[in-house]
Amino acid sequence: MLNETYVKILDVDLTTGRVQVSRREDLFAYLGGSGLATALLREHVRPGDDALAPQQPIILAIGPLSTIYPAVTKAVAMFKSPLNNELGESHAGGRIALAMRYAGYDALVIRGRAPRPVYLYIDSHHVELKRADTLWGMDAEEAGRVLRDLEPGRGHRSIMRIGPAGENLVRYALVNCETYRHFGRLGLGAVFGSKLLKGIYISGDCDFPIPDRKAYNRVYTAIYKRMIETEVMQKYHDLGTPVNILALQELGALPTRNLQSGRFEMAHEISGEAFADHDLLRKVACAGCPIGCIHIGLLRQQFGPEHEYSWAGMSYDHEVLYSLGTLLGIGTRHGILRLINRVAQKGLDAIGTGVTLAWATEAAGRGLIDTRELGKSLAFGDVEGYENAIDAIVVGKSELARTLALGAAGAAERYGGSDFALTLGGNPVAGYHTGYANVLGQLVGARHSHVDNAGYSIDQKPRELSDEEIVDGLIAEEQERDALTSLAICLFARKVYDRPTVLAALNAIGIPWHEEDWVALGQRIYRDKVALKESFGFDYRALKAPARFFETPSMHGKLEPERLRRLLALFNERLDATRAAA
Amino acid sequence: MPKRLTAPAMDRCIGCYSCMLACARINYGSFSPRHAALQIRTKGGMQGNLVADICRACKQPACAEACPTGALTPRPGGGVRFDPEKCIGCQACMHACPVQVIQWSEASQTPIVCKQCGICVQYCPHDSLAMEEVPDAE
Repeated sequence: MLNETYVKILDVDLTTGRVQVSRREDLFAYLGGSGLATALLREHVRPGDDALAPQQPIILAIGPLSTIYPAVTKAVAMFKSPLNNELGESHAGGRIALAMRYAGYDALVIRGRAPRPVYLYIDSHHVELKRADTLWGMDAEEAGRVLRDLEPGRGHRSIMRIGPAGENLVRYALVNCETYRHFGRLGLGAVFGSKLLKGIYISGDCDFPIPDRKAYNRVYTAIYKRMIETEVMQKYHDLGTPVNILALQELGALPTRNLQSGRFEMAHEISGEAFADHDLLRKVACAGCPIGCIHIGLLRQQFGPEHEYSWAGMSYDHEVLYSLGTLLGIGTRHGILRLINRVAQKGLDAIGTGVTLAWATEAAGRGLIDTRELGKSLAFGDVEGYENAIDAIVVGKSELARTLALGAAGAAERYGGSDFALTLGGNPVAGYHTGYANVLGQLVGARHSHVDNAGYSIDQKPRELSDEEIVDGLIAEEQERDALTSLAICLFARKVYDRPTVLAALNAIGIPWHEEDWVALGQRIYRDKVALKESFGFDYRALKAPARFFETPSMHGKLEPERLRRLLALFNERLDATRAAA
Repeated sequence: MPKRLTAPAMDRCIGCYSCMLACARINYGSFSPRHAALQIRTKGGMQGNLVADICRACKQPACAEACPTGALTPRPGGGVRFDPEKCIGCQACMHACPVQVIQWSEASQTPIVCKQCGICVQYCPHDSLAMEEVPDAE
């Protein structure tokens, strides 16, 4: 809580409607975000119970710098993941951090299962479960529109909601926040659905006086100027992350057609440059970030013969162009925008959807499944087939559709084909096939995300790295990011928020931290997450990567299973040492 | 020559709120963007437009006319000057504002009135906001 030495937590039980507020000084040393959410998840989760059991908690947390410094815009969600049945962690921008900050809460704990569909209303003075029977069944866009009309606070509120995918417990369903941002990874949408929680509205008007105006102004302005006046954020507000498409194509590291190749012959058609030249409609920002990295592309569709057109703005980034583009062999921007539209309406994670459909397309080609059970066959490059499959999966049209709702790994368990199911640690992979650090990083990362430890970036260092350099580099990066995400900064701004800047920012608002506190925090959260994962039954010694990662050459050529085994063994040595030191 | 705040290019606005945060931070010593004399908001969600609720710097300000204590007085170039010492917190100015953009400070129990200082413009990364010279000022 700003200007205090505690974190303020709102705890809502959906079963009983009971609401509690607590002020926890003992958790203040976690700062907030990932650290605070880890501590709260550990307190409330039932590790052995099903991820969708009613009492499993959803934790949302922001940090001490949220909104009041540039690009500190994320909220962190933690939960037990229904996709891989262990640690679920997902970050989203938009206005959630702003809304939670001024509603006056550092974290929310949401438990139980509502007796009927509800949405949770939170402002600075009220908490209420409101009926959502009418909203249940609506797609994410329409539900958002209705809630915007029903509730006050334009510009200062956050409206989170699920689509039919979350309601129907698709294991890679997401939570939509402010239309263009999402808690995308690891199935938070299904957790909402299991609780009959259609959405959350948060807004607030708390006022926090600035204790030291001079110090705060000085640090704020220095950070703001660095973002606006230097090149450090240029990538994100120019072409955005889609600049990666051609860069990865050049390296042969762009996963194509279920990673049967690292190059896509249509990459130029769907590159960040091509989108910017032809489809970019505007850019928008999360509240409190001057960059504006959210690229909106124009989807213009003809629906009638006499020049009848509809339009919609779709947010696109590298991961979406990869998962709903190259991975599915879609070589037209229009085709990708159509698929983005479909997953946005249904409330599905784009990466989870793309990886599952890419697996299904290849599995059908090998005769493991018959995709006609979805209503239409699947083929790489066929947009209509994929749109149809998305609809079929969301409504659970057939046994195959219901199995595909478990994700690629779950479907491969049932039908075979796990060698080419592109998941690591049970999470569908991001759009890089750069080398060992990328594969290892996603295997051992706490949320099995490429942004846990940026292995894809380690792989792109100009010289070959030793096993020690890869393993130690991944662990050090993850610990630093665990601390950064406890502030809940956007990791795009990580180069601005170096340690001196973070410490100056904390000190200017009356949190007197030193570098050793910062380092200790990262190490502590890292350990806490490892322990939490292990309580869910996660075994770092049993990790394997599907054969496909070794069959298709990466930017470092073909990867050797033996070297990955060596890297995993070394990683486990380091983990043992970390445990012993603690 | 006096200047007044305008919002000539809201079609370029990305909704970053740096302007509101600057006004709150620098003029009011508050971390809260609600505590600012201008408000940016969406119209029709993120798919819609961003709009700016700003003081329009009226030449004959209704807020000043409505103020019973003379806390608000017309300013050269349009808009008003605010003297908090004279304010009794009656909110008559807020009700009188023709474009309904005067915010209320719970903390100080006074209206948050734009003083046309232009600090918000300095923190707009896309020149959506601008200070405009007012040539016919007395």
